[in-house]
Amino acid sequence: MLNAVEISNLTVKYPDVTALDDVSFAIKQGDFLGIIGPNGAGKSTLFDSMLGLNTNYTGTIKFFDEDITKSKTYHKEIGYVPQKPEFENNFPATVSEVVRMGLRKKSDDNKVDEILQQLWIHELRNRRIGELSGGQLQRVFIAKALVNDPKILILDEPSTGVDQQSIDLFFSILKELNSKQGITIIWSSHDLDAVNKLANHVACLNRTLFFHGKSETFFSDDKLVKQYSEASMQEHMHHH
Amino acid sequence: MSFEILTYAFMHRALIAGTAIAILCSVMGLFLVLRRYSLFGDALAHSSFGGIALGLFAGIYPLWTAYGVSIISALLITKIKEKYNISGDASIAVLLSSGIAVGLVIISFSGGFSLDIFSFLFGSILLVSVDDTVAIVALTGVILMIILLLYRQILYSTFNERQAKVSGVPVDKINYLIIILAGVTVVTAVQLVGVLLISALFVIPNVTAIMYGRGFKQTMFISMAIAVSSVIAGILISYVFDITPAGTIVLFAIGVLAVTMGIKSAGLLSKN
Repeated sequence: MLNAVEISNLTVKYPDVTALDDVSFAIKQGDFLGIIGPNGAGKSTLFDSMLGLNTNYTGTIKFFDEDITKSKTYHKEIGYVPQKPEFENNFPATVSEVVRMGLRKKSDDNKVDEILQQLWIHELRNRRIGELSGGQLQRVFIAKALVNDPKILILDEPSTGVDQQSIDLFFSILKELNSKQGITIIWSSHDLDAVNKLANHVACLNRTLFFHGKSETFFSDDKLVKQYSEASMQEHMHHH
Repeated sequence: MSFEILTYAFMHRALIAGTAIAILCSVMGLFLVLRRYSLFGDALAHSSFGGIALGLFAGIYPLWTAYGVSIISALLITKIKEKYNISGDASIAVLLSSGIAVGLVIISFSGGFSLDIFSFLFGSILLVSVDDTVAIVALTGVILMIILLLYRQILYSTFNERQAKVSGVPVDKINYLIIILAGVTVVTAVQLVGVLLISALFVIPNVTAIMYGRGFKQTMFISMAIAVSSVIAGILISYVFDITPAGTIVLFAIGVLAVTMGIKSAGLLSKN
């Protein structure tokens, strides 16, 4: 099967630190990859590079066999959900206006309603964006990411600061997107249990790639889990 | 008050040009306010003062030189801000004072203030010619058309630059476009309220509208309505009482803002 994403020898150096060191891995179409690693492990740098926000790297990043530095259209295949949806709190925009911002073709107006319904936020469509709860906002931003029917959905630790009920709903939405619609999901998370439940592949990142493989392999090996669980990796960082 | 004033041709021109400028400023202003560029219009207006003085001194139609100077200084200040990492408010202060300084030096070369300079400082909507009115309406049409065509990209990059970039919006180009359009808008609007009161037209109707509007389009239309009614009321009231139109327009808009704040404090507007 075609690789949805292929990252080869990705290295990102900042003046005082190497954020990513020779990271290589591939994600097959339809995979659900959980990326775990402590704060400062380079997850955001990895995402920034994949999304074209950071172009200061060596190595190659390919989406569907196309180098992103040579492609002008690869954005179309990607939906991105940021860690914290940042915007001015009094920004005058309704939920459906925000989702519509993600829409590339004007003619797809029905698509907005469809996606709002799919994510259980249709009744919020005329609410102002600043009035929503964390969980509702998260679904709005997923809707915005999905409105162009992307083949890949990238989520940057999106369950931070959201109540449990919203998290459960969010997980079931992700699962459905992946299993029913075949969307490739790349999701960075602090929550090992959730990654175990949802992802079929795991990547452990701490500036270098410690592990990449099937999640059964990872989670059935207690030593691996212990070694790469957040706490021990955090410690690992302190030692260096 | 009699309706006689509505029969004068100069009043027709003032109302038509004023309405166009009000719509233009409220639309451009909404993007500027939400981008935290509220004082940018003010800075551009002051720099255009330098351009006006230059035009009057060189015997060129002053609005043309004002357009040139305003656009160039807008682009320049954006570049300087990026390159030297100067904060937004400080760069605006630099732009604002350089425009006035250049203007003052040129004026002193040409032997002091003339009536023309005063009309640009304080606005002269009742004196707009037929040609000016046509130019104002045409420019308004062109700028609104550009905004309409690029509406999603402009809105998205105003909402969140990072996400807009990820979605493939050419955010840097859009930012420059906004700045150029703001420069053109400011010089066009100088004829209505003058250099000194320009930011009022950009900011006040929008600050008010943001309190009422739920969505972006709704806010934009509310802002237009406030701006247009302030301009029309300001022109008519000022004529009847023989006071300055620019000041009256701005005071009317401030009045609407004050009433809105009152309504909001009384809890009659939904929180946001």
